[in-house]
Amino acid sequence: MEHFLEQVLNGLQLGLMYALIALGYTMVYGVVQLINFAHGDVFMVGAFLGYFGFAVWGLPLPVAILTAMVACALLGVIIERVAYRPLRYAPKIAALISAIGVSLFLEYFSSLKFVFGPNYRVVPRPFPEVHWNIAGLSVSNIQVIVFVVVLFMLILLQILIYRTKTGMAMRTVAVDHNAARLMGVNVDTTISITFAIGSAFAALGGVLYAIAYPQIHPFMGIMPGLKAFTAAVLGGIGIIPGAVLGALIMGQVETLTSAYISSQMRDAIAFAILILVLLFRPTGLLGRTETEKV
Amino acid sequence: MKLSRNTFFYFAGAVFFFALVKAMQFSGMLTPYWQLVLDQALIIVIGALGLSIIYGFTGQFSLGHAAFYGLGAYTAGALDKVYGNGNMLFFFLSLLTGAAVAGLVALLIGLPILRLRSDYLGIATLGFGIIVRVGMENGNKLFPVLGGATGMSGTPQVAHFDLIFILTLIVILLVRNFIFSTYGRACTSIREDEIAADVMGIDTTRYKVMAFVLGCALAGLAGGIYAHRYPFLHPASFDFLKSFDFLLIVVLGGLGSMTGTIVTAVGWVFLLEVLRVVLGQNFIDWRGVIYALILVVSIIVRPQGLFSGKELRLLIPDHLKMLTGKEHTHAGSGN
Amino acid sequence: MRKKFWSILLVVLLSLALVVTGCGGQGKTETQGASGEKVIKIGFIAPLTGDVKTFGESAQKGFDLALEQAGYKAGDFKIEPVKADDRNDATEAVNVATKLITQDGVKAIVGSLTSLTTIPISKFANDNKVVLITGTATSPKVTVDEGKRKEYIFRACFIDPTQGTVAAKFALEELKLKTAAILYDQGNDYTIGLANNFKEAFTAGGGQVLTMEAYAKNDTDFSAVLTNIAKKNPDILYLPDYYQKVSLIGKQARDKGIKAVFIGGDGWDSSDLDYKTMEGGYFTNHYSAQDPRPEVQNWVKQFKEKYGQEPDAFATLTYDATNLLLNAIKTANSDDPAKIKEALQNTKDFSIVSGEKVSFDENGNPIKPVTILKIEGGKQKFVTAIKPN
Repeated sequence: MEHFLEQVLNGLQLGLMYALIALGYTMVYGVVQLINFAHGDVFMVGAFLGYFGFAVWGLPLPVAILTAMVACALLGVIIERVAYRPLRYAPKIAALISAIGVSLFLEYFSSLKFVFGPNYRVVPRPFPEVHWNIAGLSVSNIQVIVFVVVLFMLILLQILIYRTKTGMAMRTVAVDHNAARLMGVNVDTTISITFAIGSAFAALGGVLYAIAYPQIHPFMGIMPGLKAFTAAVLGGIGIIPGAVLGALIMGQVETLTSAYISSQMRDAIAFAILILVLLFRPTGLLGRTETEKV
Repeated sequence: MKLSRNTFFYFAGAVFFFALVKAMQFSGMLTPYWQLVLDQALIIVIGALGLSIIYGFTGQFSLGHAAFYGLGAYTAGALDKVYGNGNMLFFFLSLLTGAAVAGLVALLIGLPILRLRSDYLGIATLGFGIIVRVGMENGNKLFPVLGGATGMSGTPQVAHFDLIFILTLIVILLVRNFIFSTYGRACTSIREDEIAADVMGIDTTRYKVMAFVLGCALAGLAGGIYAHRYPFLHPASFDFLKSFDFLLIVVLGGLGSMTGTIVTAVGWVFLLEVLRVVLGQNFIDWRGVIYALILVVSIIVRPQGLFSGKELRLLIPDHLKMLTGKEHTHAGSGN
Repeated sequence: MRKKFWSILLVVLLSLALVVTGCGGQGKTETQGASGEKVIKIGFIAPLTGDVKTFGESAQKGFDLALEQAGYKAGDFKIEPVKADDRNDATEAVNVATKLITQDGVKAIVGSLTSLTTIPISKFANDNKVVLITGTATSPKVTVDEGKRKEYIFRACFIDPTQGTVAAKFALEELKLKTAAILYDQGNDYTIGLANNFKEAFTAGGGQVLTMEAYAKNDTDFSAVLTNIAKKNPDILYLPDYYQKVSLIGKQARDKGIKAVFIGGDGWDSSDLDYKTMEGGYFTNHYSAQDPRPEVQNWVKQFKEKYGQEPDAFATLTYDATNLLLNAIKTANSDDPAKIKEALQNTKDFSIVSGEKVSFDENGNPIKPVTILKIEGGKQKFVTAIKPN
């Protein structure tokens, strides 16, 4: 039993890591209905900037994280301006292809020698790791920090979207650009803000991820990005709490599968479960059934 | 049977192209390297036409195309490795079996998941692609000949340009006839508006599954040819990132255009290799960067794709010319 | 109609232009070969872009340094390197190998990095009678496939079975450890090969493999399997992967309270290994940097001078492969691949970094001892050298 609980705790940590990325992913999707494949790579850039901040330039950790977040927010806005805005009224798929292009660009450009370089870097711990023993389970301070940050992000996003003017503008833009414009919403600014916040969260996630799994390289964003996106879809993409729910479920499924069924078949079983869930809930666990356009 | 005018020109064009390639082969202008690249381009054309049917014409967002490509490659490759030994008959049989297996799997997976819409369908097919990849990595536990993660070699390398070219011609004709048939029209109507199509009495599930099976079978066929042209199969060659390649070919070519898919597929394969030659040895590591930039710029310049909804005359059956007038099919709107 | 005409014309022109560029490239190489001095072209294939670019660049450093030390000369021949990138993709590898062999006219190739890309190009090189020597591709299938020896193909590293077997024997006989857990990457045949052979030899020698677990290439969280392994409490945790993955796993294993001795393979050999975590671990390697032999000392010193870092296994093995090839060209003093192949096969008592007096067995694999190193005090420490079999 204790063993089982420990595995659940492992799954929780993994799930929270996915949630960290999935939240930004799903928020951007919610507003612009674009699968932003470059999100995982912004996450990578954030991890690198955070690493340079506290390990190379010697900034205090909070300053390093803040720097990474600001820089990535800027990066997100630039990406949107350059690669997505010209395609806003084109078929949705065009923006998706552009996102794939941006993602490849960030990966290959970062791995050039004068940028981040292609090698794997070991990230030193910015603070000593502490383990607490609670009822036979070992909990580390990093796990607690990640948990708190995810909770903080979730609450912040909910407040932002449902309690502020900007949030209202975002929700309006999500429904209909033209109607939003008629209502006096500045669509361009709103979308820029969305990307800025989403990318800043990606950077925050990236730094924490690099602290928890202390290794970074230019292609590190692909898999966590994909898994986080899958988690967001599982929870119902575009829905903020859905991203956390989906991520936690993904984490448990992956961990429990590799602990009790087969570590070889883990990904296959995790995705089979995803497909099954989608068959019964075609718009994800918390997704609303879409009204059909006739 | 009277050969219609466009079909005649289609074959004439094909013969001309074939003669051109042959002439360049003999004069030594077409080196084995560019020959290989051309063969690869034709293989990608077949696979991409498959996705063109699924996504370009029927509007079903699939991110798992490479999985079917891989299924066909492994099936055909393993069959020919074990039973055939360079025998042409076995070669064709193995190709057909590869396509059939890919189609069958597509049928089994397509029946349930094609109920999903747009991005959800995309992620479900992507998940299926990952399942197939895990299956390939562990396939040697059931059939040692598949090699699992250590890869499979030993398939007779019998596919050469002549055969691949003829197969490509047949596939193009097949896809053309499908697209311009009642079935194809039904598929296009689903892409344009699924509910309206349903109301018009079109059995949308049936046509969606039909397009998906046909498209995946073509991917399987392409995979089978790949297995006979490239001497080594490895699960990494068929992972989800490869599905993106097919997707961007179809989108950059223009949704709902065979011409676009064919031209872009060839252009894409050549682009990757030409970049290698142009950049030379000092800028090798810029290849990925430049490729990504070209991708972003070209989609921004032509968001609707190269040939959205338009076809070369040669690819339209004669009796439809009057019907379609200037715009032959509707511009692809995606979803 | 008119617009269509233009688009057709454009397509035709584009394809013609492409073909012409291709031929232009070929013409150029021919004129170069005709200059007064005798020139031999050597190809180099490695992943120079993509997610294993860092390994490919290490290999490239080894290749460059070997050529530089030889003054770009072997016998009467001036060496002209032709480098190409395969992005660690089987399809691209075949494409570049075809380009190097049929277009650039290389007589020998050094590369590629992984078995995944080397197996297909070794077949192509062998069919076209071009010598290929790989520094780092460990799968037996590289030189022998379907029971047939590809006689133009050689390698500088051990094949998968060697390291796994030696590690198992060492663990049983020297360390006197009896139980093991194995963790490997199920998508990478290098780690699968080492894992399987370790298991076989360890069980045959009377040890017990408690569990064998897999992970995927891009995993960063191993807590689930490590929790299971911790419960079984093995004496050994065998981790046959590259340094970066092993560092991650090792860290998490210690966090889970696993006290087992870590044992691994040559993939560990890098200054980027997390030495603090891997303290007390053993790994099988090709050489020890403390070995006083001049080949080794020269290599380590000059590499540090040129690149400001310690050489890793990829660099060392590619350096050795290049030197073996240069020696063969010198011995044969010919640019005929058939003669180079003969000379390579008959290599006798040639000293390279990873072995003294190396020769090849009938399958093109080098006969050299396996060095066992221990991570102690943040450094690699020589333990013993074992002759396989």
